[in-house]
Parts: sequence; C-alpha cells; structure tokens
Amino acid sequence: MKIEKASPTDIVLALAGNPNTGKSTIFNALTGLKQHTGNWPGKTVTNAQGHFIHRGKPFLLVDLPGTYSILANSPDEQVARDFICFGKPEATIVVTDATNLERNLNLALQIMEITSDVVVAVNLLDEAERKGISVDLSKLSAELGVPVIGTIAREQKGLTELKDIVDDIVMKKLQLKPYQIRYSAGIEERINQLSLKLEKILRGKINARWVALRLLDGDETIIESIEKYLLPSSIDLRGEIASW
Amino acid sequence: MVELDLEDFHQIKKMATEFQSSELTRDQIVSQIYQKSGEITRKVVKKKTTKIDIDRKIDDILTSKVFGYPIMLMVLGGVLWLTITGANYPSQMLSTLFFWGQEQLTNIFQALNAPSWLHGVLVLGMYRGLAWVVSVMLPPMAIFFPLFTILEDLGYLPRVAFNLDRFFQRAGAHGKQSLTMSMGFGCNAAGVIACRIIESPRERLIAILTNNFVPCNGRFPTLITIAIIFFGAAVGALYSTLVASFVVVGLVLVGISVTLFISWFLSKTMLKGVPSSFTLELPPYRRPQVMRVFIRSVFDRTIFVLKRAIIVAAPAGAITWLFANIYIGDANLIDIVASWLQPVGYAIGLDGYILLAFILGFPANEIVFPILIMSYLSQGSMVELDSLQALKELLLNNGWTWLTALNLLLFSLLHFPCATTMLTIRKETGSIKWTALAFIIPTSIALIVTFTITQVVRMLGLI
Repeated sequence: MKIEKASPTDIVLALAGNPNTGKSTIFNALTGLKQHTGNWPGKTVTNAQGHFIHRGKPFLLVDLPGTYSILANSPDEQVARDFICFGKPEATIVVTDATNLERNLNLALQIMEITSDVVVAVNLLDEAERKGISVDLSKLSAELGVPVIGTIAREQKGLTELKDIVDDIVMKKLQLKPYQIRYSAGIEERINQLSLKLEKILRGKINARWVALRLLDGDETIIESIEKYLLPSSIDLRGEIASW
Repeated sequence: MVELDLEDFHQIKKMATEFQSSELTRDQIVSQIYQKSGEITRKVVKKKTTKIDIDRKIDDILTSKVFGYPIMLMVLGGVLWLTITGANYPSQMLSTLFFWGQEQLTNIFQALNAPSWLHGVLVLGMYRGLAWVVSVMLPPMAIFFPLFTILEDLGYLPRVAFNLDRFFQRAGAHGKQSLTMSMGFGCNAAGVIACRIIESPRERLIAILTNNFVPCNGRFPTLITIAIIFFGAAVGALYSTLVASFVVVGLVLVGISVTLFISWFLSKTMLKGVPSSFTLELPPYRRPQVMRVFIRSVFDRTIFVLKRAIIVAAPAGAITWLFANIYIGDANLIDIVASWLQPVGYAIGLDGYILLAFILGFPANEIVFPILIMSYLSQGSMVELDSLQALKELLLNNGWTWLTALNLLLFSLLHFPCATTMLTIRKETGSIKWTALAFIIPTSIALIVTFTITQVVRMLGLI
C-alpha cells in the first residue's frame, strides 16, 4: 500500500471496521470518492485512500480492509493491524454495525489496545431501528472510554459530527481513556514482566503492553512486522515510498 | 521510521522465544475480548423481542435445499431475459445511427478526394469496428450491469455463494471461491483480484486459475447475440428470447461445472490439500439505492468497460482492415493466416477466421466477434449489418451451422483469459509458471471440449 499525501501536513486517519458495516460508504461519503460498495463480505480488497478538508485542515483517510479482528489471522488482518500500529495514524475511526454490535466491538476493543486515539462510529442505525434494536450511544461511550458517534452513512447522517470529533482527537482537545481489557491474573503478571522489559527497548515508539500480549499469544507475525517497519533498513509506512 | 537498532530487535526476538506461549494463552486472550464485547453489548443494546426476523425467513427460502437452486436459475434466467429483450431495440437504433454515420463519413472522404486506403483504415476499419462494439455491447451492458448491481446491493449474491459453497468444499477448494467466481461474472480481472479474500495460498491459486470459466461482461454480449440468432430464432419470434436465455443460462451452468471440475482436479494433483474452514457471513438484506445503482453502474462499469472496448476496438478495427487489404499474391493476410489455422479450426468445429478472431481478440474479449465480422466482410460481400437477420445470413454464407454456433459459445466460455486478466494473474500470483498455467488450462479445456463435441456430432452424422 502506498500512502499518497497531497501535502506533508496531511493528517493521516485510519478507517477500520468489520466487513459489511458500511465502512466503504462512510469512506465515500467523507472523501467524495465513488468506489462501488457491494453488499457482501470482503468487498474492500484493495486499500483506498482519499482526502477531505474539515475545519480548514487537510485529512488523508486510509480505508483498511474489512476484518473481524486484527489478530493477524489473514493477510488482510495483518495489513490493518500493521497500519494502525506502525503507520501511526493520528486517529482511527472504527466503523461498527449497530445491528451486530457484539461482534463489532471485538475489533474496537482490539484496536483500543494499540492506540488510544479512537472514535467509534455506530453505523446502520436506520437498519437497527427497523429491526427493533436500539443502542445507548452515551452509555457505550462511557463503557469504552472513547467518543461514540451514531451514523447513517447512506443518508449522510452523523458524518459532520464524526469529522468534528476526529479533529478534536487530533487536536488533543479530548481526554481519551480507552477501556483496556484485564486478563486473568496469570496472564496479567506475565504481561507486566514482559512489557517492563519491552518498554526499555521500544521507548514508547509502539505500545509495549500490546506487543507483550502478542508475544504471549504466540503471534509470530509481530516479530516480522517489527523487523519490517522499525529497523534501520525498514519501510516507512507513512512515507511517500511506503508500499506493502 | 527508523526506531530500533538490530540489537534491540534481537532482544525482542529472544524474549519471544523465552516466553513460550501456548494455544491456551491465546484462547484465553481471545475469549476475554469476546466476553467483554458481550458484556458491553448487553449493557447498551436493547432489542424488541416482538419483531420477527424477516431476513432469516427469507434466507430459509433462498438458501433452502429445495428452492435454493431453482430460484438461482430463475433469477439468472430473468436477468438475462430482461437484458436480451431490452437490448434489442436500442441495439437496432444504434446500429442504424452508426451506419448512417458511416455513409456521411464516406461522403466526406469522397468529397475530399481522400485516398481509398485512408478511407478504408479509418472508416471501414476503425469506425466500423467501433460502431460494432458500441451498438452490440452498449445496450446489453446498460441493462445487465444495473440489474447485477441491484442483486449485489440487495445481498442476494452472497446467498448464491452460500448455496454454491458446499460444491466448492467438495471440490477441495475454498468456499469463498463461490464469491470470487460470482465477481468474475462482472469482470474476470476483478474476480482474480477478489481472490485476495481467500487466505490459503493453495486455495487462492485454485480460485485464480479457474475464475475465467464464468463468462464476463465482455463475453456476455457475444454469447447472447449468437444464442438469439442461432437458437432463439429456431423456435419462432414468440419464444426466441426465452430460448436464448435458456441457452445462456445453460452455458453459465457449464462454466460453473467446469470451474468445479478443474478445482477438484487441481486440488487432487498440483495443489493438494485439505480445504480450510471458514464462516461465510450472510449480510443483511438492504434496500438497494436504485438511483445510485443506476448512476454508478452506468458511469463506473458501463463506461469503464466500454472505454476499454473502444480503446482496443479502434486499433483492432484498423489492423483487421489492413490485414484484410494487404495482399500477398492474390490472397490477403487474413485469408492466409486463416487458412493456416483452418485445419485446427475445422477439427474443433470452427474455422480459421474464428480462431484468428479469438487470437486477435486477446486484448479484450469484447472485440472477438466484431473482428470476426470484419474478416468475413473483407471477403467482398458488403452486407449492412443493421439487423440480426443480416448477421445470421452473413454467418450462414460463411458456412456456419448450429454446430459452429455451439462451438463458438463453448470456446468463448472456456478459452484463455483476456490480456488484462492475464496481467492481473501475473501480478496476483507473482509467478510466470502459474500465469502460464492460467493460459494453458482453459485453452486446453476449450480445445478438448469443442473437439470432442465436433467429432461426436460428425461421427453420428448429425450435421
């Protein structure tokens, strides 16, 4: 994947979400790009990037592949994870499906383990209403510790609000305390040991607790990715020549 | 973003090996996340229990063992019938318009005393090639694309994939191949790119190598035209579109069967392995945004495919005209090459000209038929192709029978992918070997099938 910044001052945003949540519709609505968005899983197979201007600032929105998790089970998941972790977007929008929140929150929670600059868009609210489903957005925001915006992307509803919040996050106007999952005592103890050591090496470049978790769950791709993106010979995901 | 030195990296690597992880830890971590998602969801989501889940009820019918397949065939047949019926009039109007344009252009060229070869290359070659592609291709595309997109938006196509899934599993391929195959109906190059959604490299290769066996939009118009004039016309005007739709549906079924057979064959030979499991999500039904669908399919797909066809068709028209008018001795180049190809062509129930058209049409399937018409026309009989009847006569005059028509349909369905698709396969597989196989496998199948049919028909004296 190649990041094409219109200017070096572009604020880079990531757009993540499960397949078929209207993620591409949001992407199109925000950037004015007219990709076709079909109603089936796995529609976004290539990464799209688009620009928009909000409050006078240029934003670059990177559409990540739709995935159910970012545990690197597939190339798509790895692409999404690597961009959020090593591409360091200034904010990440997680699009969720209001009619299927439980499965969608899995992804949001995983992303919140990597970065705190997250806003959750609860999309397809119209569909949820038709199915008799209602979501308490402010309660959800309180539970997650990040802003939550309700949207109906097909009707352009909630998008201005979403852009406002994104800008607030980028400008550090909001104090975000994303909920961090507590694992069992045994695992937490090992996370702590590991992340203490990792912190000394990583020095805040990437989230040490999260790397510790990945090492614990035996994810070999994280080592590959660190080699790929953090070593002297490595690729700059945010740079002009970056390509996956 | 240079952040770490090599020593740091080795330390992390060492840590990874020291802290031996286990499946158990991973499971615990994942289940903890799921548990929390459930917990939060229960707190913030309220669901009215009275509401009946209509989606599930519809799914029970659309994906049922009894109704699933008949409904699929009916939907496909219905889409094709609408396309064929609807495309008829605009096609005729367009071709009348274009041939009126040809006369005007000819008049201008004569008024300017332009040399006849220039008129030949530009008007008889380029312009007529273009006119053909546009008048034959545009109307069916303008109808087929929006209908296809509406099915896609509704969420019906994933149900098709769901129905076909078990066949792909049985063929040793990945169930998601049913999705990538469905995308191939739009464009095989797009279908090949879509194969990225299949994680296992083995299964992805199977899906890539067999994507070409479903007809793309470049081939549908040819299939439809031939089906109308040779099989539809045989039963009288009343049922002709119906029969033509049946023939094309039949061809699609042949294509799917070949896809499954080759997938099975590959998974038993070159690409051995066990199919990996996966969950195929059935997305909710959504009301299609009809206006958007219409605008998008016209602008994105129709114009895109048409542009490609035109970019390729214009030069191809010019080249074909040149070939037809460059004489060596008393035969033109097309005749010479066609006569070389004639023995192979005859053996598979086609002729040298048809084979040549397929070869010259390698850049894009859209232009195969126009090239063929032009090479037939170059032989002198200047028929104005303003009706399907005239087209049929032209083909009959060139020795066509129902066997030729059938073989052309099958060859078009099964033969090598177009240049764009080949390039895409090269890019996606990153391997010359697999790209070559993506050419060799379909081509051999096309030759074997048409050869067998032809020999059997001739042996039985059916023709």
